Amino acid sequence: MDQAFDLPGLYPVLPEIALVGGAMALLMLAAFGGARAAGASNWLAIVVLGLAAVLVVATGTGKYEAFAGSFVLDDFARFMKIVTLVGSAAAILLAQESVGDQARGQYEYSVLILLSTAGMMVMISAADLIALYLGLELMSLALYVIAASERDSLRSSEAGLKYFVLGALSSGMLLYGSSLVYGFSGTVGFAGIARALAGGDSGIGLTIGLVFIFAGLCFKVSAVPFHMWTPDVYEGAPTYVTAFFAAAPKVAAMAVFMRTATNAFAPIVVQWQQIIVFVAIASMALGAFAAIGQTNIKRLMAYSSIGHMGFALVGLSAATPEGLQGVAIYMAIYMAMTLGAFACILAMRRADGAVEQIADLAGLARRSPTVAFFLAMLLFSLAGIPPLAGFFAKFYVFLAAIKAGLYALAVIGVITSVIGAYYYLLIIKVMYFDEPAPAFEPMRGELRMVLGVSGLFVLLFFIYPRPVVEAAALAAKSLF
Amino acid sequence: MYEAIVFLPLLGCLIAGLFGRVIGARAAELVTTILLFAAMVLSWIAFARVGLGQVNARVLVATFMHSGELKVDWALRVDTLTAVMLVVVTTISALVHLYSIGYMADDVHRPRFFAYLSLFTFAMLALVTADNLVQLFFGWEGVGLASYLLIGFWYHKPQANAAAIKAFIVNRVGDFGFALGIFAIFKMTGAVDFETIFAQAPALGGKTIHFLRWDIDALTLICVLLFIGAMGKSAQFLLHTWLPDAMEGPTPVSALIHAATMVTAGVFMVARLSPLFELAPNAQAFVTLVGATTAFFAATVALVQNDIKRIVAYSTCSQLGYMFVAMGVGAYSVGMYHLFTHAFFKALLFLGSGSVIHAMHHEQDIRHMGGLKDRIRVTYYVMVIGTLALTGFPLTAGYFSKDAIIEAAFAGKNAFAGYAFVLTLIAAGMTAFYSWRLIFKTFHGEPHDREHHAAAHESPLVMLVALVVLAAGSIFAGYPFKELFAGHAVGEFFRDSIRQSATILDDMHHLPIWIGLLPTAMMAAGFLLAWQFYLRRPDLPVALARQHDALYRFLLNKWYFDELYDFLLVRPAKRLGRLLWKGGDGWLIDGFGPDGVSARVIDVTRNVVRLQTGYLYHYAFAMLIGVAALITWFMFTGGPH
Amino acid sequence: MTLAALFFYGFASVCVASAFMVIAARNPVHSVLFLILAFVNAAGLFILAGAEFLAMILVVVYVGAVAVLFLFVVMMLDVDFAELRRGSLTYLPVGALVGVVLLVELVLALGSWVVTGGVTRNLAAPTPPLATLTNTEALGLVLYTRYVYFFQIAGIVLLVAMIGAIVLTLRHKPKVKRQIVADQVRRTKASAIEVRQVRPGQGL
Repeated sequence: MDQAFDLPGLYPVLPEIALVGGAMALLMLAAFGGARAAGASNWLAIVVLGLAAVLVVATGTGKYEAFAGSFVLDDFARFMKIVTLVGSAAAILLAQESVGDQARGQYEYSVLILLSTAGMMVMISAADLIALYLGLELMSLALYVIAASERDSLRSSEAGLKYFVLGALSSGMLLYGSSLVYGFSGTVGFAGIARALAGGDSGIGLTIGLVFIFAGLCFKVSAVPFHMWTPDVYEGAPTYVTAFFAAAPKVAAMAVFMRTATNAFAPIVVQWQQIIVFVAIASMALGAFAAIGQTNIKRLMAYSSIGHMGFALVGLSAATPEGLQGVAIYMAIYMAMTLGAFACILAMRRADGAVEQIADLAGLARRSPTVAFFLAMLLFSLAGIPPLAGFFAKFYVFLAAIKAGLYALAVIGVITSVIGAYYYLLIIKVMYFDEPAPAFEPMRGELRMVLGVSGLFVLLFFIYPRPVVEAAALAAKSLF
Repeated sequence: MYEAIVFLPLLGCLIAGLFGRVIGARAAELVTTILLFAAMVLSWIAFARVGLGQVNARVLVATFMHSGELKVDWALRVDTLTAVMLVVVTTISALVHLYSIGYMADDVHRPRFFAYLSLFTFAMLALVTADNLVQLFFGWEGVGLASYLLIGFWYHKPQANAAAIKAFIVNRVGDFGFALGIFAIFKMTGAVDFETIFAQAPALGGKTIHFLRWDIDALTLICVLLFIGAMGKSAQFLLHTWLPDAMEGPTPVSALIHAATMVTAGVFMVARLSPLFELAPNAQAFVTLVGATTAFFAATVALVQNDIKRIVAYSTCSQLGYMFVAMGVGAYSVGMYHLFTHAFFKALLFLGSGSVIHAMHHEQDIRHMGGLKDRIRVTYYVMVIGTLALTGFPLTAGYFSKDAIIEAAFAGKNAFAGYAFVLTLIAAGMTAFYSWRLIFKTFHGEPHDREHHAAAHESPLVMLVALVVLAAGSIFAGYPFKELFAGHAVGEFFRDSIRQSATILDDMHHLPIWIGLLPTAMMAAGFLLAWQFYLRRPDLPVALARQHDALYRFLLNKWYFDELYDFLLVRPAKRLGRLLWKGGDGWLIDGFGPDGVSARVIDVTRNVVRLQTGYLYHYAFAMLIGVAALITWFMFTGGPH
Repeated sequence: MTLAALFFYGFASVCVASAFMVIAARNPVHSVLFLILAFVNAAGLFILAGAEFLAMILVVVYVGAVAVLFLFVVMMLDVDFAELRRGSLTYLPVGALVGVVLLVELVLALGSWVVTGGVTRNLAAPTPPLATLTNTEALGLVLYTRYVYFFQIAGIVLLVAMIGAIVLTLRHKPKVKRQIVADQVRRTKASAIEVRQVRPGQGL
């Protein structure tokens, strides 16, 4: 109508096209190429992700729009997309052999991850509610499937089903909120919504719409009280799937959260700030308290990620460029830490299968000191102990909160991170001071690689933080 | 060169302390001792250059801290006062190191011992080279630490630990005053370095410090507070109780720390701050009062003690009192003179006692000794020399310095000068008595313990060398330096390093002749009485003690100070401590702090985990409640606008 | 207008009532049938609003395909809904409270709503008047141009759904015999039969 799409207009969407096209090519290859081609599908998927990343970088800087403004590629989108792509690639690496264990599900896994990542990219670039919803569904639907992908395991099926049902509920909320917002503002584009809100002729209906939309987004970042699925799904899903869940989708959901809050709802910042503050406090507190009671390390990581999302939301609640910069940095560092930790959890494997109790880590320091050292560093970092990366992540968001005058929030954040430090340190104590449990099988090369890279990132971040910090600053600036 | 003097002992300490196990005990001994001797040689050169060559020096080592108004540098201030102290400290320390090689030969922890000794020496040197009050305080606490470590060197002995803690805590009382004094100076002058303080001191006259609705004269308050610090460190009356107990440490430690050097830090500090004290006559009177009282009190206690080291310790206490008397009447150089000579003969007496103890297999009670003069001849002679010097036998070192103090007390102008003169004179007599009592009971008469007596043996050569050097010092450290410290050369020797009372030296030189003779007469009287009591009629003291039982007990129990403090301070403090421990810490802080909080955390955790039922509809319900709560919140707070 | 209003309230009330019955009916088959009724009434509402294309799609897709699929599933699985519902009454008071609160609030919020000028101004793609275009045509005009992005993504979502369904349900059971037509066709005489000489009286 007003504009027919043209090929040059597709330029900013190339990474997404590459991902989807790659996924379909892989599907074809696996279907017709037989077992040998299927075996290579993981590596090919990583290549596709890398290609997408290159395409993202190749767009340089500046802001591009496509499809009548439904799709935005700015510095923020670039930063988050790179982080997400790295997270997905690492998740495939982590899954490398675990998938091979199952008779099936191998190439579907990498294809589904590619499609899910495409959904994330759509989310990150979404500049209207429809794109947001479609991206979210594309990401989630693939997640539901891989959560349940271990079909013979009751827990995996249960996890998939729970995730699906609750996810559907959250999508329903999101859609309901979107329809309210559409009804009250007459548009689904973020810029239009912001205009309508600035006009001030909206009434409380828009606020209710906002609540519903935020509820749906909170579900995706697993923030309290929309977090309930997280522990069960994390525990039930196969570990390599959990590793994926904890990393890239969180980044993408947080990214779309940030964009929606700052672009569409900027005029009612006072309202959404209240929601985010409440959700952040609840998440930090629950993440800190509930994790203490856990014996299963995957479940513990679930609560840990809930708590970390709370910390990241502290930055968002500041609603300032510094705050969003803090969130961007937080997500990048959080992802590195989480992937490293899951590399260690995946390495918890004895001859008779994988184990996932914290007690199984006992005496790891004596059995494999290097792994124990890296895991200890990652845990210290998750706890936020300087000079590791996790400290800076928290530092930036708390600083932003203080600058924005949210003193109580920052204080609560610090207190909960102290409480949270307990369970991270407990694992370290188990690893270093308890009587050794039976040894694990040697760690796979891919796991070593992921652990090494994330461990070094966390360890050495403080020496040269500038690239990440400056990129995040640019990203945050492009949202305002 | 000055840096070398200060830091060579630290180097020795680090080598012996950190690598003692690696290089072995013998190497540790040698390294520390050689470094100390090197420092000693350099100190004497420094003494010649600064004291005699009259060239002051200030060496900036490092910036200590700069914070707002507060600027503290780590600088070595080397003037005559410092040079004298350098010589005293390094010389005695070097000899004590040497002596310890022999004395501690049986101990397995020798590297630790030598490391501590060197650490002490370093801290003491840092103290005496201080350019500002903060550095002085650093050295002050450093020597306190070393003293604590060395008193408790035999940590398996409960008394040693108790004595170490006591020394530390009693010194805290003094340090509290000292610290307050430093704060007050900083408040009044805005500086902590001596140059600025001294330059501003005259302007402080008449200023007051407001405290709890009182207006107190600033200089008097500052000087009294600082002097309280000196009282703690120099074991003056009321804060003296730690010094005799400190004799639980190894004897070389007693000689170095608790006789020659550390305990004189208070004297040094007063001399260093003489420009302040000279402006605060009331504080000076207080110094005189405390000094004289200590001199007298400690001498009375020493009369009846039986532990050889405790006698010498009380003697030290008493002699420190003399020095403070000199400080109090404004004769700072005279006080330093006594400090200088005293270091030699008191170290000698301690090391001699150590030699006796060594010979007697760690027997310290003089009642169990006797007749040792033939068994350990060298020790006997050096002890006699030390005693002569201490009692002020003519032409020995002590004679010049001690008599000078008594004269200064007589010539002094302040309110307590007369009091000080009388008490120091009496104390001089008592000094002679108890010193000779020690000699007679230890070396003369019949042996009380045949077995030990027969086994007694002379100390090894390294110990004797140190003793002989010190004996020489005890004789010759007096006369050659008389003019410099108490004669006409004082002005050009000390120059601006101390601010002497303008008239005191002149007044001293124009005293009646009998004043000069009186101390010697008292000394002779003391000697004769001791001779009568312990050589001719050994039954007399016993009878006398029986006759004046109450007095005897009073003295034997050191005026009941320990009991008094125990009743007045220690027990209430313990009760308070117990209350705070059980009630304050255990119940209140732990209960509501760590323990309480962790218990609450566990409770919360249990409840939160219980929420996670695993039922899908619970989860969905939680989400709905969340949404409903948020919407309700906005309905009531009104949404936008 | 009164006739249209009459129909509107008719459709709307039946729609709400049948939606309520979907969750209230004891027999699951009845629930599905009520669901179909709700769909049909919603389609009626669409027609009243002039969205005849949506109405038809609703009938064809939801009534014709989805609801019927539900019906099959319900009948095949033989779920005892009464069993599942047991205990749900214990949560009724709290649930009802939350529901009522939410409902009241929504009614309050939406009751005050009026279409303001701002809303109409903001419309991204205003519906063309029926006189010039049928809405099927109008949809078609924007679906592949302005909304091609969403359309494509929706397609990918469906692809994922398809892959997911296959991944989760397809099982190669080794003991099950399958008919592979290609293999059957490819069979030749040589591979299918073997000729043996059988001597009389001996057998194979």
